[in-house]
Amino acid sequence: MSVELDDILNQANTWRQSGQDVALATVVRTWGSSPRPVGSHLAVNAEGRFAGSVSGGCIEGAVIQEALAVIADGQPRLLDFGVSDERAWEVGLACGGRVQVYVESVT
Amino acid sequence: MKPGFFARLLAARAAKRPAALVTRLSDNAQTLVDADTASGDFELAASEWAALRERWVSGQSGPLDADGDIFARVYVPAPRLLIVGAVHIAQALAPMAALAGYAVTLIDPRRAFASAERFPDAVISDEWPDEAMTRLMPDAQTAVVALTHDPKLDDPALAVALNSPAFYIGALGSTRTHEKRLARLRELGLEKQLARIHAPVGLDLGGRYPSEIAVAILAEIIRVRYKGNGR
Repeated sequence: MSVELDDILNQANTWRQSGQDVALATVVRTWGSSPRPVGSHLAVNAEGRFAGSVSGGCIEGAVIQEALAVIADGQPRLLDFGVSDERAWEVGLACGGRVQVYVESVT
Repeated sequence: MKPGFFARLLAARAAKRPAALVTRLSDNAQTLVDADTASGDFELAASEWAALRERWVSGQSGPLDADGDIFARVYVPAPRLLIVGAVHIAQALAPMAALAGYAVTLIDPRRAFASAERFPDAVISDEWPDEAMTRLMPDAQTAVVALTHDPKLDDPALAVALNSPAFYIGALGSTRTHEKRLARLRELGLEKQLARIHAPVGLDLGGRYPSEIAVAILAEIIRVRYKGNGR
């Protein structure tokens, strides 16, 4: 887990050092079954490349889109994904869980 | 994230200090905690400091308040695994444990065993086990496994481990071998600590190959660390 964490943070740092804007998404709360624990990170750069995960792959696409918006306007966002959320069904969080993800720019 | 916080977070990790990025989700205010120092948009209340210190012990991120508004992403140094005996099982266990996030050190004074050729990615110590163990000083985030089958090497390492707060202590050997080992360690006055040794080592997965035993050992270390039930 820590090796993985360092890989994500180092990747974010490498992107920043090469002049790329980066956003960091973090799982801040989970309900029911959720594939990644609280604290899990997904780092995203302005080209949409990413490292890490905030789910088993279900919501990464949507989080990357939001991350690009965060990079564009600098405003952090608190995202909510769950089975009651139609959008979450679209992006495939069908495991019955609910997850909150905080997305912020890395400055 | 506030300007400068990311660089300070990386610095704390590089220096193996516990850190936390604390965010008030309702208004995006942020404070960075680097060991005993907090700086940023807001101060932590005494109760929040206490909650943060507990989270550093468990390594689990989460709220510091009852409302779930003050979220702490905690960063703790990697747990360590000290392997005594650069044996065949260790060749499988060292890379597996590294993948699982452990900082692995191999201890074996027999240089033919503890060669960089056999362990390309591990930190290797060729000190005597008791010297190495005393220098590396197991803490509550450290697991220790003795794999040499040789009492001259295993026993001194286990004696140091039993006098430390290591969260996991395992020793290779059959039930009979372990009985003899317990008798020797009892003579060293370690009677009260002996129940901490996991032996025969590892969860009972039924495997017999070195790689399978390594999986069983790593699985047991993870189970003990998170107090899982191992079913």
